[in-house]
Amino acid sequence: MAEFWDIYLLPALIIVGQILLIVLPLLLAVAYLTLYERKVMAVMQLRKGPNVVGPFGLLQPLADGAKLFFKETVVPTGANKVLFLLAPMVTFILSLIAWAVIPFDEGWVLADINVGVLYLFAISSLGVYGIIVAGWASNSRYPFLGALRSAAQMVSYEVSIGFVIVTVLLCAGTLNLTGIVESQKGDLGLLNWWFVPLFPMFIIFFVSILAETNRHPFDLPEAEAELVAGYQTEYSSMAFALFFLGEYANMILMSGICTVLFLGGWLPPADWAIFTWIPGIIWFGIKIAVLLFVFIWVRATLPRYRYDQLMRLGWKVFLPFSLLWVVVTAGFLVYFDMVPA
Amino acid sequence: MIISTIAFYLFAAMTIASAFMVISAKNPVHSVLYLILAFFNSAALFVLLGAEFIAMILIVVYVGAVAVLFLFVVMMLDINFAELRQGFLQYLPIGGLIGLILLIELILVVSGWALSPEAIQVGSQAAPLMTDLTNTEQIGQVIYTDYAYLFQIAGMILLVAMIGAIVLTNRSRPGVRKQNIARQVYRRPEESMAVRKVEPGQGV
Repeated sequence: MAEFWDIYLLPALIIVGQILLIVLPLLLAVAYLTLYERKVMAVMQLRKGPNVVGPFGLLQPLADGAKLFFKETVVPTGANKVLFLLAPMVTFILSLIAWAVIPFDEGWVLADINVGVLYLFAISSLGVYGIIVAGWASNSRYPFLGALRSAAQMVSYEVSIGFVIVTVLLCAGTLNLTGIVESQKGDLGLLNWWFVPLFPMFIIFFVSILAETNRHPFDLPEAEAELVAGYQTEYSSMAFALFFLGEYANMILMSGICTVLFLGGWLPPADWAIFTWIPGIIWFGIKIAVLLFVFIWVRATLPRYRYDQLMRLGWKVFLPFSLLWVVVTAGFLVYFDMVPA
Repeated sequence: MIISTIAFYLFAAMTIASAFMVISAKNPVHSVLYLILAFFNSAALFVLLGAEFIAMILIVVYVGAVAVLFLFVVMMLDINFAELRQGFLQYLPIGGLIGLILLIELILVVSGWALSPEAIQVGSQAAPLMTDLTNTEQIGQVIYTDYAYLFQIAGMILLVAMIGAIVLTNRSRPGVRKQNIARQVYRRPEESMAVRKVEPGQGV
């Protein structure tokens, strides 16, 4: 019995504890990201934003959550009930399980697997299922159109994301996320991070993750002027809230991936004492917050793309360019004998 | 070890059960979703084997891309399920006959199966454990070093298939107005605008 405890039960309990340590702060971050978004957009549009619930509106996310929790869950009569309720769960779960491989600090990672990047790519490519199943199971026109748009959009932009990841892998020489962050360590600090030598790919990656998370200016799956609310039209209450949480958790996740691949993960921007005193997880958080600010900034600034323009950008601009850049990077590394061992 | 054995039987049973549901589900969309479940469980089996790279590629390629397109097409099809069921009994004898012939052929092939003694010896040996190399590096060496030409040929075949599909479906339709973004960007006010002084009561 003691053996059973040592080999199975104790490690299992430790892993459950670690999962809670990741998921609870993450959900809190998601709740406050909604407030962050509303506050930042309010300032950009010369408004005040939520300021009634709690000091400076700080309790607004909790009030929103409580409101959604007490609403009635409406399942349309013509809907496929199982799939209709499964879709938001899939979206939400997929946005959480990807965090298992993200390194928050040196050694602060739940599963330090050798194919971490592939795992993230696989999980992000599954995100489309939540939306497409929601659209189909609703058995309604607008959600179906939204789901079809979203499926085409996410598949298109995944291709260029894949090529961007390949260039980073070529430079880093490993599929392990901790290894990728370690490969950006150097005397130059900030200038050693991959966004400097691979700057065009950094831009392509950021624009692609905007499309991948269905955010502005690529939020065609839920374009309210054309499709009411896209795939979410028939959803209410907690089912809607799960979609909402999933979308925002995905934003944080994609910013985290971008940070790990291009912005040096937990590394401080310079090797000065004042920077190295700050723990790595704070740096990681700051970088994610900056990227999230850009997400919101883009939303407040840019008009929505038209659908054919979106497809053109994905297939005719990003795909050839990123493919070319993979070849150029590989050729450069081989010619100058800089291929990482 | 017990846990991994239980996990193996769980995933294997789930794979077979979901594969069975793929062919027996009434709704084609459900079939595709069961197919995805089968892919997932086989990926889990690969993980249990220690082949995590293949497991991830299986999910990225089949679940992330191929099955999405399946689902996309199946959802757009307008199928009348009742009509689909109607011909079932009519086609049962022919279908059953074909299935029976295939089964007999398989039995004939498998019963006459003979392995050379060398192959049996190689097969009974444990796979060499190259613990200093990761899974990904091992596969990379096999594909890009040992079998580089075959890999290139496989790529060429896929390329030809892709070009063929594009050639078959792409047709230039006259009279379609397309947006030429480069032309729009290079437009100057002088070419596209004229400021006229219009006298009242005369028009342009």
